[in-house]
Formats: sequence, structure tokens, C-alpha cells
Amino acid sequence: MFMAFSDPVPALEIRGLCKSFTRPAVDGLDLTVRCGELYTLLGPNGAGKTTTLRMVVGLLRPDAGSIRVRGVDALADPRAAKQVMAWVSDEPMIYDKLTPLEYLELVAGLWGIDGGEARLRAQRLLDWLNLAPHAHQRCESFSKGMRQKVALAGALVHEPSLIVLDEPLTGLDAGSARLVKTVLREHVAAGRTIIMTTHILEVAERMADRIGVIAGGRLIAQGTLDELRRQAGAKTGDGGQSLEDTLEDTFLALVAEEAAAA
Amino acid sequence: MSAPGSIAWIARHELRLAWRDWLAMMTAGGRTRVRTLLVVLLGATAFMHAIAFSIVGRFAAPALDADKTTLVVVTGSALLSWSLMLSQAMESVTRAFYTRSDLDLLLSSPVPPARAFAVRIGAIVLSVTAMSALFAAPFINVLAVLGGARWLTAYASVAAAATAAVAIAALLTTALFRTIGPKRTRLVAQIVAAVIGAGFVVGLQLAAIVSQGTLSRLAVLASEPLVAIAPDVGSLLWWPARAVLGDMVAGLAWLAASGVLLCVAIAVVAPRFADCAIAAAGTPHAPTRPSRFVRPARRAGLGRAFRGGSPMALLRRKEWTLLLRDPWLVSQTLMQLLYLLPPALLLWRSFGGEAGREILLVPVLVMAAGQLAGGLAWLAISGEDAPELIATAPLAAGTILRAKVEAVMGCILTVFAPFVLALALVAPAYAAVAGLGIAIAAASATEVQLCFRAQAKRSHFRRRQTFSRVATFAEAFVSIAWAATAALAATGTTLAAMPGAVAVGILARAHLFGPQSTAS
Repeated sequence: MFMAFSDPVPALEIRGLCKSFTRPAVDGLDLTVRCGELYTLLGPNGAGKTTTLRMVVGLLRPDAGSIRVRGVDALADPRAAKQVMAWVSDEPMIYDKLTPLEYLELVAGLWGIDGGEARLRAQRLLDWLNLAPHAHQRCESFSKGMRQKVALAGALVHEPSLIVLDEPLTGLDAGSARLVKTVLREHVAAGRTIIMTTHILEVAERMADRIGVIAGGRLIAQGTLDELRRQAGAKTGDGGQSLEDTLEDTFLALVAEEAAAA
Repeated sequence: MSAPGSIAWIARHELRLAWRDWLAMMTAGGRTRVRTLLVVLLGATAFMHAIAFSIVGRFAAPALDADKTTLVVVTGSALLSWSLMLSQAMESVTRAFYTRSDLDLLLSSPVPPARAFAVRIGAIVLSVTAMSALFAAPFINVLAVLGGARWLTAYASVAAAATAAVAIAALLTTALFRTIGPKRTRLVAQIVAAVIGAGFVVGLQLAAIVSQGTLSRLAVLASEPLVAIAPDVGSLLWWPARAVLGDMVAGLAWLAASGVLLCVAIAVVAPRFADCAIAAAGTPHAPTRPSRFVRPARRAGLGRAFRGGSPMALLRRKEWTLLLRDPWLVSQTLMQLLYLLPPALLLWRSFGGEAGREILLVPVLVMAAGQLAGGLAWLAISGEDAPELIATAPLAAGTILRAKVEAVMGCILTVFAPFVLALALVAPAYAAVAGLGIAIAAASATEVQLCFRAQAKRSHFRRRQTFSRVATFAEAFVSIAWAATAALAATGTTLAAMPGAVAVGILARAHLFGPQSTAS
């Protein structure tokens, strides 16, 4: 049973997160994602979005800071945190020599789901994502869009409460993109939480409950689109952006201001 | 300057790519390693010449009118080398059809595809010649210094043999395309290449075992029945052998004949190159319905591999399924098993043969197990296709690694158990030593791969050595050391402790200095 916004325990809580490579990629990031919301991270290239998400799912170890997934310390108890999370990267890595059905059964098994239940869920997801006709073909002949859908199905098959997606719509055609957006919205409506990055501002504008803007490894603004417009106006000193301004205008204003300050 | 799009222009482009590819392979991408590479190459060259001197120094000046036995032995040995050239050429030609990289660019450009193919085939000839000359050069040089410049004709023989190999490989691959279609050609060509590479060597050894009861292929080549049925010394069949022995006329004739064969192959294949390459590109890697190669796996229950079971069991089954479904790995494994055939036949013959001969099997099996385990461990550990899925699964890192190691050891058990059981029927003590040696060698090779694990694509299996040369050498030497240990242990001598200590030392160093040693 999933709890929506009223759940006092956040789906994801990040405090003072830092990670440096040759230069700081994430620099003292604080971020809270509430249960049952679709949160979109925006930011220019190299802002630290993907690095942040990779630390959340345990693919990178932070230099400092804390990550709590539904109240569980993800750094102290990564297995418990991973049990309720799923991750899909922008370059879907799936097994070429497995069929989508086998892949989904494997993923379900890794998350401890019983074989019969795994098959039912896998078939339902394949139907949902229009992959059922290809259920018994090996993934090696699939297009990037189909691979992306298989990877997404893999993320959903164990019904995680927090789904972490890095550019989930990259490489999808218009029909597939709409399908994926619908699937994601339905999961949020069912009480699950999604945090995702995207470069397609229209997607964030239409889908996100809240949007976070990252630049230089720090969260420079967050909120609903209206809240972001107000923050952008306050930062640029023009008394507030027009309500007709698109997210693109708002985003560019916020990032430009941050760049000027840096 | 050559005109853009001309054969010379494309050839220059191909040569530049080949040179950079070779340099990257030799230096593992490190520019600062070029000087080290030069020093290593010079050292290796000197060492190889010393080895060559000790082997062929005394044959530097035989009479040109070599007797029939010499011609048979030289021809047989040349055929052995040529079978390896043909294997390499078939693999390269197959890759020329299937590897996309710049093929899409070339085929979408206004350059005639036949021209691009001719250049690509020429590049393969150069590459096969260079590789073969690398091994032959120390021997030819030693003979030329000691016996005169006429021995340099052997270089022409090497070039001629490589040219003929590539021409035949091109014709064979195209014939496969036409007969079985692009869908199956890649798999079949890879397997044929592996079988050709090992088949002739193994075949001669099998013949030697059957006729002479030894593992020496020279025994069968120099045997009286074979020499008796061979053509007369004046036959044209011996010209390649005469060319190897320094006959300039024979060398030039052999080179010219190979050149003509290559031109014929290019003329026949080049016009079809674009069609074949496009057909290869349009072929899904796997058929919609299970192929013949997959059906046995289905029968074995792998079709339901991922329904139920613990996460560890799932991971093990995943590794086995991926291995079984990979044509290239099937051919690689086939190659390893082919080399086990001669010792297996020796074992079979030894049921009525002299006692104690089976001891030969012990180091062969241990060495083969170490090598096979190293390859499988690289695939399971470094060649993980979905590392992020596995890393984000709610499993401890140790559990994941243990499952992968168990998958590797399971394969080794499946492959080697029949040999050990058969050996146990003849010599139980040797079987016990071999079994223990196999387990230790396989575990050691896997441990080396664990210490040097990296993230790589499974498709890079052929070039896994380039990811870590230290790991490659450590894996090879540890297998050799355990094979020596097992052989000595089978004889009952305490000297077995010496190579055993060397193996443990190598493992300790790998564990201490491997990039993953601190992380694991």
C-alpha cells in the first residue's frame, strides 16, 4: 500500500551530498522528494543530475552527505534501500541474449518475487508497453526505443515505491514517449514516487508535480512551475516572471542568474 | 597525394586505422607506454632469435634437392601454419561483412563498394602476413644469416600463404552467405574458423596417436607409409615447400599463383560485397523462433530458467544461459574442447597400452581448465552486460560475486568431469590429482579475474587481453604453474611444491596489486 503526499516520511531525502571527480560534480546538495509525487530534475549539462541519481541508487559512493530512501539510510543499509527502488539509465543495459520475458523474470527474481507472480507481472507489463508481440524474441535485435521500454518494464516489474529514471524518454518515438509518460503517470497515481531527469522541458512542464533545478552541483530552485516562475522573477529582480512564461524561459533565467553569480 | 575515394586513398585510411588499432592494443591505450613497448619488442625479438637459433641453426644449409621425407615434413608443417592463417583470415573476412563501425559510412558514400571491399581484403592480407611474419621472422633471419640470402625467399612464402588463405577465406565466406544466408553465416563462419584453426593440429595429433601412440605430429609426417604414398620429389605439390627451403623460382611462382587466386577472389566476391554487407546489417542477430543451437537449452529447462529460485540461483542460471546463447563463445569453447581430444584419445588407447602414459593427461587437463575458467570468469565478472541492474539489485556484492564464481566453476565441472571420471577408470590416483588440479587452476584463474575485474562489453571478449596485460600473464602463468604442480604431484615427487609455490606467489601478487584488491 503506497502513501501519497500526506506521508510524513519522504520518499527520498538528501542532505549535504557531495561528490567530486576532477572537480566537484555535486556540491552540498539538499533535496527532498515527497511520497507519491513525480519530481523532475532539470539542469544544464554537467550540473550533477546524473551523478546525484547514481549516488541515490548506489552506483556511486558519495564523498559526504546522507541519502535516506523512505526513511532508510541508503549508505548504511544499501540492500534495504535498493529493495524499494528501481533505476533506469539513459543508455539501457539489458541482456542481448535474453528475451524481454526472460529479462523481466530475472529482474523480478533478483528482487525476490515468486516465479508465478513474476510471470504474471511481466506479461502485464509487456502488454502495457506494447512489447507482447516481441516477448519471445531476443533483445539483441531491438531498437533503442524497444530496449528502453524493456529496461523500463524491468524497473516496474518489482513494483518499487521509488523509481529513479535518467532521461527515460531519450530515443523514444512520439508514440512510445506518450505511452511511457502515461505509464509513469499511472504509477504516480497509484501512489508511487518517481524522480527523473530530462532535457525535454515540455515533459517536465506537463508531467512533473514539482521541478528541481540543479546547477553547479547544487539545487538552485525547486517547486511547482508557478513557484519556479516566482523564484526566477525574484532572482532576476524583475518582480516576477509572467505567468505565460514557459518553463524554458524560467529555466534559462534561473540558470543564467546562477552562472552570473558563479 | 591520392585522389579522394581512390583505392590508394581508402587504403591509406585503412592503414591508419589498423596502425592506431594495433598501437592501442599493444599499449592498452597509454601513450606513455610506447617507449616501454619498443623496449619490450626489442627484448622479445632478441629472445625469439636466440630460440630460433637453437632450433634451426643446424639446418641453415641443406641441399636444395631435399629428399621426399624433408619435403613431406616441411609441407605438413607449412600446412599447419597455413590452417591457422586460414582461421584468422576467415574471422577477419567475416568481421568485414558484419562489423558496422565505418561500413555504414562507406556504403552510404559514393565510393563503389567493390573498391572498398578490395581495399579491406588487401588490409586483411597485410594483417595476416604481418602476424605470420612476426612468428616466422626469427627463424628466417637466423637461416639467412647462417645459410645465405636465399633463405629470405621464405618471406615470400609467408606472404603467398597469407594471400592464398585470405582469398580462400573470402570465397568460403561468400559461399556460406549464398548457401546458408547471412543469418547463420556469422555463427557458422566463426565455428569453421575455430575448427580449421585447431582441426589440422588436432587431426595430425590424432593420427600420430593412432599410428604411433605419441602426441607428436612430426611422427606421423615423417612416417614411412605417408612418405611412401606422397608424390615424387619433382611434383609441383612440393613447390611451396621448396620455396620455404629457399628456392627463389618456387617462391616467386608460389607468390604469383597466390596473387592470381586473390585477384580471382576479389573479382568474384567484390561485386557481391555490398549485397552481403547490407544483408548482414538487415539480419536480426537471433531468429524469432529458437534456433537449433538454442533448442537443447530449452530442453534442458533453460527456457524456464528465471521462474523461481533464489537470486543466487537466478544469477548462476543467467550466466549459463548467456554462455549457451553466444555463438562466439560456443566456438571458443569448442576450440578448447578440440584440444582436449588428443589426450582423450590417448586415454582411450591407454586402456590396453603401456602403464603410466596417462600421466600426460594431468597437466593438459589442468592447463585447459585454468585457461577456460579465465575466459569464463572474464565474461561473468567483467563482461556483465547489465552492471547497473546487478549493482542496484538488493543483493550483497559478495553474493553477486559468489554466484558468478559458482557459475564459472559449474561450467568447469560440466566440461571436465567426464575426462576425470574416464581417467579414474584407468588411473584413480592421477584422476584425483587431476581433479584437484582442475579445481585449483580454475579457482586461481577466476581469482585473477576478480582481482583485475573491469567493466567491459561482452562483445570485447576477443580482446580481453588488452584490458589488463598483467591479468593475462598472471592467468597464463598461474595455469602453467598449477599444471606443472599437478604433473609433478602425479609422479609423487615433492618437487611439486616448487611450481605450486610459484602459483601461490603469483596469486598473492595479483591479490595485493590488482586494481580491485582493495575494493573486494
